[in-house]
Amino acid sequence: MDGIHDMGGMDGFGKVDPEPNEPVFHEDWEGRVLAMNSAMRASGSWNIDMGRYGIELLPPHVYLASSYYKRWFLRLEHMLIQRDLIGADEIAAGRLLRPGMILNHGTFTVADVEGVLRRGSFGRPTPAAARFKPGDRVRARNIHPRTHTRLPRYVRGHVGVIERLHGAHVFPDSTVLGKGEDPQWLYTVCFDSQELWGTDADPTVKVCVDAFEPYLEQV
Amino acid sequence: MQLRVRALENILTQKGYIDPAALDVIVEAYETKIGPHIGARVVAKAWNDLAFKQALLEEGTKAVGSLGHQVGDHLVVVANTPQRHNMVVCTLCSCYPWDVLGLPPVWYKSAAYRSRAVKEPRSVLADFGVALPPTTEIRLWDSTAETRFLVLPMRPPQSDGWSEDKLATLVTRDCMIGIGLPKKASEVA
Repeated sequence: MDGIHDMGGMDGFGKVDPEPNEPVFHEDWEGRVLAMNSAMRASGSWNIDMGRYGIELLPPHVYLASSYYKRWFLRLEHMLIQRDLIGADEIAAGRLLRPGMILNHGTFTVADVEGVLRRGSFGRPTPAAARFKPGDRVRARNIHPRTHTRLPRYVRGHVGVIERLHGAHVFPDSTVLGKGEDPQWLYTVCFDSQELWGTDADPTVKVCVDAFEPYLEQV
Repeated sequence: MQLRVRALENILTQKGYIDPAALDVIVEAYETKIGPHIGARVVAKAWNDLAFKQALLEEGTKAVGSLGHQVGDHLVVVANTPQRHNMVVCTLCSCYPWDVLGLPPVWYKSAAYRSRAVKEPRSVLADFGVALPPTTEIRLWDSTAETRFLVLPMRPPQSDGWSEDKLATLVTRDCMIGIGLPKKASEVA
């Protein structure tokens, strides 16, 4: 979706403001929110792209006004309600009103932590040959899916060069809809800054994105 | 927020979905175990061991795993050279190599960084007090898939003969994101 989350190239957000000696969490609740999100995703109730889409669906004014972990919290509440894992009335009441459902993988316990601290593997075998090879010029397609996609707006319609081939990976546009992994070839595509931002842009800059084969077309 | 989060955690616990002790272990891991010291060890090793450096650039996950660190798939290591400086961003959300750098800092997830890094990286570097030669190529890696990027900075001069432990003290989190440079040898010698 063409949402507020797709921020590459927007103006007006000001300077980047690094915080010296920044703590891992600024408030205790931030760590609890991160851990609850990990635990509930591990229960098999949703996948990583459904989780990302959950944040993209926050209204733009809420997205911009919320801290990072507040977005995670709002997403978690929304996804739990959407999947009938808790009731909106329970959120409002701040307490349990009815017993829980049976989760796919049961209660999340200490024994399950190891599994969520390790990143998943998204590489998959693929039946077809890759359409492009390193050095090929390709155009990022001018597509605007209404649901989750990982092709940022700022490259759409622009021509770049295939830099690397990563093998076939789980295709977010499919798995987010619960339509299966539909593995697709994944490429790194590099764009000249002036191709993306016009002739006034710094000619020494190149921007590379990872793009799935259905995002690309031959030039 | 504290009260709202506690209420939700209580509900999830009473529903039988989570054991709060498991949440404690996750929080503790990110506060005390998983952080940029892991990436610093990887960089220091690459500076001292050419065969490891080549393996790291070819297959990051496998090479880092060979050091005994638990690291997930699809880690791509990109090396800075005198001609090219690499920077990592996630314009769409907050993708970041947690395995080797820990959780991302607030600025990495900020709208300012995500919007500007791909369009005016030199001006973003200036926000961090970093100025590169005007002819250096700057290459942005936007983490739009499940690949994760780690920058291998250039080894600082005057660090010849240093042990990996000592080299690791030169390596900052920011230089592994590409928004900083390693410390000078004189800063830690």
